[in-house]
Amino acid sequence: MSSTTVAPGTKKAAAKPASMAQALQRALRDAMAEDPTVHVMGEDVGALGGVFRITDGLVKEFGEDRCTDTPLAEAGILGAAVGMAMYGLRPVVEMQFDAFAYPAFEQLASHVAKMRNRTRGALPMPLTIRIPYGGGIGGVEHHSDSSEAYYMATPGLHVVTPATVEDAYGMLREAIASDDPVVFLEPKRLYWSKADWSPDTPAAVAPIGKAVVRRPGRSATLITYGPSLPVCLEAAEAATAEGWDLEVVDLRSLVPFDDETVAASVRRTGRAVVVHESAGFGGPGGEIAARITERCFHHLEAPVLRVAGLDVPYPPPMLERHHLPGVDRVLDAVARLQWED
Amino acid sequence: MTIQEMPGSTAYRPSPPPAWQPRTDPAPLLPDSSPYRVLGTEAAAGADPALLRRLYAELVRGRRYNAQATALTRQGRLAVYPSSTGQEACEVAAAMVLQEQDWLFPSYRDTLAVVARGLDPVQALTLLRGDWHTGYDPRESRIAPLCTPLATQLPHAVGLAHAARLKGDDVVALAMVGDGGTSEGDFHEALNFAAVWQAPVVFLVQNNGFAISVPLAKQTAAPSLAHKAVGYGMPGRLVDGNDAVAMHEVLSEAVERARRGGGPTLVEAITYRMEAHTNADDATRYRGDAEVDAWRDHDPITLLERELTTRGLLDEDGIRQAKEAAETMAADLRERMNADPVLDPMDLFTHVYAERTAQLREQESQLRAELEAEASVESGDGR
Ligand SMILES: Cc1ncc(C[n+]2csc(CCOP(=O)(O)OP(=O)(O)O)c2C)c(N)n1
Ligand SMILES: [Mg+2]
Repeated sequence: MSSTTVAPGTKKAAAKPASMAQALQRALRDAMAEDPTVHVMGEDVGALGGVFRITDGLVKEFGEDRCTDTPLAEAGILGAAVGMAMYGLRPVVEMQFDAFAYPAFEQLASHVAKMRNRTRGALPMPLTIRIPYGGGIGGVEHHSDSSEAYYMATPGLHVVTPATVEDAYGMLREAIASDDPVVFLEPKRLYWSKADWSPDTPAAVAPIGKAVVRRPGRSATLITYGPSLPVCLEAAEAATAEGWDLEVVDLRSLVPFDDETVAASVRRTGRAVVVHESAGFGGPGGEIAARITERCFHHLEAPVLRVAGLDVPYPPPMLERHHLPGVDRVLDAVARLQWED
Repeated sequence: MTIQEMPGSTAYRPSPPPAWQPRTDPAPLLPDSSPYRVLGTEAAAGADPALLRRLYAELVRGRRYNAQATALTRQGRLAVYPSSTGQEACEVAAAMVLQEQDWLFPSYRDTLAVVARGLDPVQALTLLRGDWHTGYDPRESRIAPLCTPLATQLPHAVGLAHAARLKGDDVVALAMVGDGGTSEGDFHEALNFAAVWQAPVVFLVQNNGFAISVPLAKQTAAPSLAHKAVGYGMPGRLVDGNDAVAMHEVLSEAVERARRGGGPTLVEAITYRMEAHTNADDATRYRGDAEVDAWRDHDPITLLERELTTRGLLDEDGIRQAKEAAETMAADLRERMNADPVLDPMDLFTHVYAERTAQLREQESQLRAELEAEASVESGDGR
């Protein structure tokens, strides 16, 4: 779908600093204006505008039937959205926080992911499930989980996560327009990250399913997504001091996975580090490393390394900096890529 | 001396806490104290003879369908069959009260309701035969896929009914669940959503006494399952689930109420699962013959037959005709289920997503190569 559509009746504004949160809000607003079957639903999405204000103003513009404060019950929210999709609506569900999406997991795994398949295509699930995820905002427990591995392991779902303001808008528009269910993971610590962005002429972005090289380089590839992209870009800058020219790949989409872009980059550089906040054991990095090894074995100068969150329950705010992959840990991993041989 | 009596004090009147509002009056929502009956009561005389005859024909056909499906498990033609023998009145009434545009949300035990709604039994049994998960187009038949994860179909019914109402369409959703399923969180969430949204939904709980082996007493301490409705602010109805006429009446009322914008209803039908949970279950481990025999005297077909013959609406000839029609259905089902379904393993990849991902395309070629290798071995020109 085109992500450059301008909603009718909006006045043109030049590019100026906008946050990811604003871009997401605008994507919802434009999708609702364009398609009357788009319904936003969740906890506190109405008058409050969501705890992160992503649904700000929607109830005022579209009314309570289109932007609905539901009872507080995640399985019920997603289950009702399934029924609404069965009737031809295009629900966009907001889960308030990563860890509070777990009650909806049965609906997600047993119905959302499988409905198209079990009905031989008769009942597609054009649902978007928005989930603020990840840490780094000083949240107390249950507010900082990186739950992407659970969703990735569930065939039938698309799992995507933007890391830039442009992608936040473009990818959310595409997710809502998709006839497949999309788990849309919003890196909450990037909600307030800013870029020059024009809501009326939003830049076209790569489609879901495509990874993007955010920084070209020749020495090694950092493969990352969502909240860890800025960390990797910072690490790449710092690495120049050591004489390393690092390439940074932003996956954007975990499912479908862009093997092509990732493998092409690693074949070029011969070295790879996967970086994410999610726990390392059983995390996305293991899958990604395996895929790289399967495709690039003869190009590799060193084993594919992972920099991930610790294998511990998400730490309390005062300890979270020890858990999150930071620049130093990324650089340490790069240093271990067998340069001396 | 109370405050009010204190000389010089301003009069104190107890007032409710500021946020408190009077809510729904629970009295009209309460179910009857015993299961509602029509057959064998004076009310039966008022029942429409044409309806009685139709119910009878459907019950007889339903009983035969259950027997045939169970037989098909023994012949290896069905992977599994959860029988609704003894529960036919619920199954048949659920289908009959719906109009063309309404939706039925069945569980795994409700293929009879699906068939009674008019769907080809072979399509209804696809899931249990094992050739695919759903054997029909839900939008065409307005029958949701048979649902196995307990109670998870209930919020779907609410969402669909809600969507239809927002669109201004005249659609009621009837969702079926078992007594065990009422303990699930999705049961609670669905009923709560339905009541808050005043969605046009009817929840039919078939209380057949067991969730596999676990009796109702271990499932709930509620006065009845129908009483749970009151907590959500919707009416609860308690009905004799083996009285086809009572079932038809209560469900019709609930459906009409929903259609008029009156919101959801919870109906608890008291019935009994005469067979084991499925053909793979051994019911002797958790219940005795005496209990089963007691229910044999309360059989839905017998109850209706008694009424019909007493009123002179059914004779030997009529009984024979109903049986013959059921036999014809069974013979046709048997014959068609005895053919091996033609399956294409490549279908595995067709409907995972709207478009195959690169990974699925890769796995598809791998499977195709395996199949070609298999075929060449079978045809003898393999290495
Ligand atoms: C969520 C879930 N848990 C467990 C099961 C396994 N299971 C299948 S049927 C059943 C008993 C259900 O009893 P009830 O709801 O009374 O329905 P009935 O089988 O009696 O029609 C169980 C435990 C399941 N299908 N789904
Ligand atoms: Mg039961």
